[in-house]
Amino acid sequence: MAKNKKLPPRKEKARRKFIRTVVMGIGVVGISLLGYLPVLGRWHKRIRPPGALKEQEFLASCIKCGQCVQVCPVNAIKLADLDEGFGIGTPYIDTRAQACDFSCDGLQCVLACPTGALTHHINYSHETDMAIARVVNENLCLAVLGKGFKGLARGDSFKGKLRYEDVDRWNPIRVNEYPYDLELCDLCVRQCPIEIRADQCAAGKPPSGDENQCPPERAIKLETIAGEDGILRKRPVILDGCVGCGVCEMICPVEPSVFVMDGTESRGMTV
Amino acid sequence: MKHLYQSVAVLLGADPKRPVADDYTPEAITLHAEQKADKTRIAAIHAEIAHKAQNKIPEKWRRRRWTVLILTNLLFVLSFQLDIQILEGALTGSRFVGFHMADLNSALQVMLAYKEVVLNLLIGTTTVLILWWLLGGRTFCSWVCPYHLLAEWTEIAHDYLAKKKIVKDHPFDRRVRTYFWIVFGVLAFVTGYTVFETISPTGILSRALIYGPGIALVWVATLLLFEIFYSKRAWCRYACPIGLTYGLVGAVSPLKVTYNLGNCFHEAECKKVCEVPHVLDVVIKGRATDVDLFIGADCTHCGRCVDACPTNSLNLEFKGLGQLLK
Repeated sequence: MAKNKKLPPRKEKARRKFIRTVVMGIGVVGISLLGYLPVLGRWHKRIRPPGALKEQEFLASCIKCGQCVQVCPVNAIKLADLDEGFGIGTPYIDTRAQACDFSCDGLQCVLACPTGALTHHINYSHETDMAIARVVNENLCLAVLGKGFKGLARGDSFKGKLRYEDVDRWNPIRVNEYPYDLELCDLCVRQCPIEIRADQCAAGKPPSGDENQCPPERAIKLETIAGEDGILRKRPVILDGCVGCGVCEMICPVEPSVFVMDGTESRGMTV
Repeated sequence: MKHLYQSVAVLLGADPKRPVADDYTPEAITLHAEQKADKTRIAAIHAEIAHKAQNKIPEKWRRRRWTVLILTNLLFVLSFQLDIQILEGALTGSRFVGFHMADLNSALQVMLAYKEVVLNLLIGTTTVLILWWLLGGRTFCSWVCPYHLLAEWTEIAHDYLAKKKIVKDHPFDRRVRTYFWIVFGVLAFVTGYTVFETISPTGILSRALIYGPGIALVWVATLLLFEIFYSKRAWCRYACPIGLTYGLVGAVSPLKVTYNLGNCFHEAECKKVCEVPHVLDVVIKGRATDVDLFIGADCTHCGRCVDACPTNSLNLEFKGLGQLLK
């Protein structure tokens, strides 16, 4: 067998071109497939915007355009970066920083989505299923400690927004512009968008006069704890109506928050 | 039909074919014969090259194109940042004053991965298909894609370093782009994820401009450095499936760069500036089979050849469809 047979320069050039093309072809596809790792390894457990399909279908159908980001009145939606692999450019909600408070009422992100990654089969806040709230730091809860709350829920520098209907029905304002003075802290229940709607409906005044806006189930309540010391103590209990919007987690004034959003079981709409 | 077949074959990575005797029209044969014999013509070429060296032609089309590219991307940015809502979304998917638009390649990835098409996506895809069919397919690349602009700037760096013999261009086999197009299509279908979007510099840059920068820009910078130091314009030439998707759309588009053999001095000034020089093989002496021809589907209609041509042999024009199917 002839070893190291020198090829004519023209052929040698073509051979080199062929080899580097194969290397480049495999390299680029290989790099793109690295994007599988964060998805398979579930490195990031993201809470998706209202109406998001089950995670795999969501990643498949999302066209990574951010139109949902643009319509959100409280800027709750962020886009994932390259460290999320195939999830790059997909929307998520960092609930502690800015939860979805449904202050758009009409699920604007769902309406904006061009591909149905946020399914158009839902119309109302109570029909969403982003996650479920979990009480993880009950020992820190001010209501459990029998304490009230006075001041700004998240301090002066907090940038998050909420809609306070007593201030402005149409425009959300900064949480740091709305001081509280509560005898026993009930911020999680008080600001829960599902609870607010349920209360309005119970009072015979459904939002926008639309009965369809009424949640069929309650989302969160404070349950009195029997105590021997005579101090009134209550504990937050998550109910079946919770959609995982994250407002309780966001508004909770203690650090870390009493609540986290758990997207592992309930996340995602099945169409 | 022969032209169209050639144009698509070259788009997919084939080397441009040398025409055979039967391909030439009598007019073209006459012109080719005259050019070889004409001494005054050769003298004119030399005079003209000297003249051109002294009077640099302003790059009219490039300036127009950069303006359109920057304004389009700016419109995306301002629609969100100033909430003027004219062009909402990013290049992968958007709404222009409410009308859905979906990038054809992104839409294709989503359709293959999700295997279901909602009406809005269908509307957006159809709108963009018609738009870029009218405007010439790969026109998207050079007139809209933000990566193209950055790559043009780094190309200047590459050319400068190449002139100083610090770097050397390493070309790839152009068929690799067709391979990428197929592989990323298959990957989307099989894995159920839009795999290509992970590394698409077009999507990454568009989102970075509109929603703010991220670590994904490191990938874009890597590509640009690769183009400066190793292979000139590599991503747009050899890799990007978006370009191939739009190229296929533009194969029978009415917008074309046209070539006139009668005016041409075969100086190949056009090939020097072209991002995809294989489409300009027709300007090589003896290659043109007809007096008037159009440049193939891989052309991005950037107009640099139009600017570079000293004899106005190349022009950017809208043509009737009958011409293209010839």
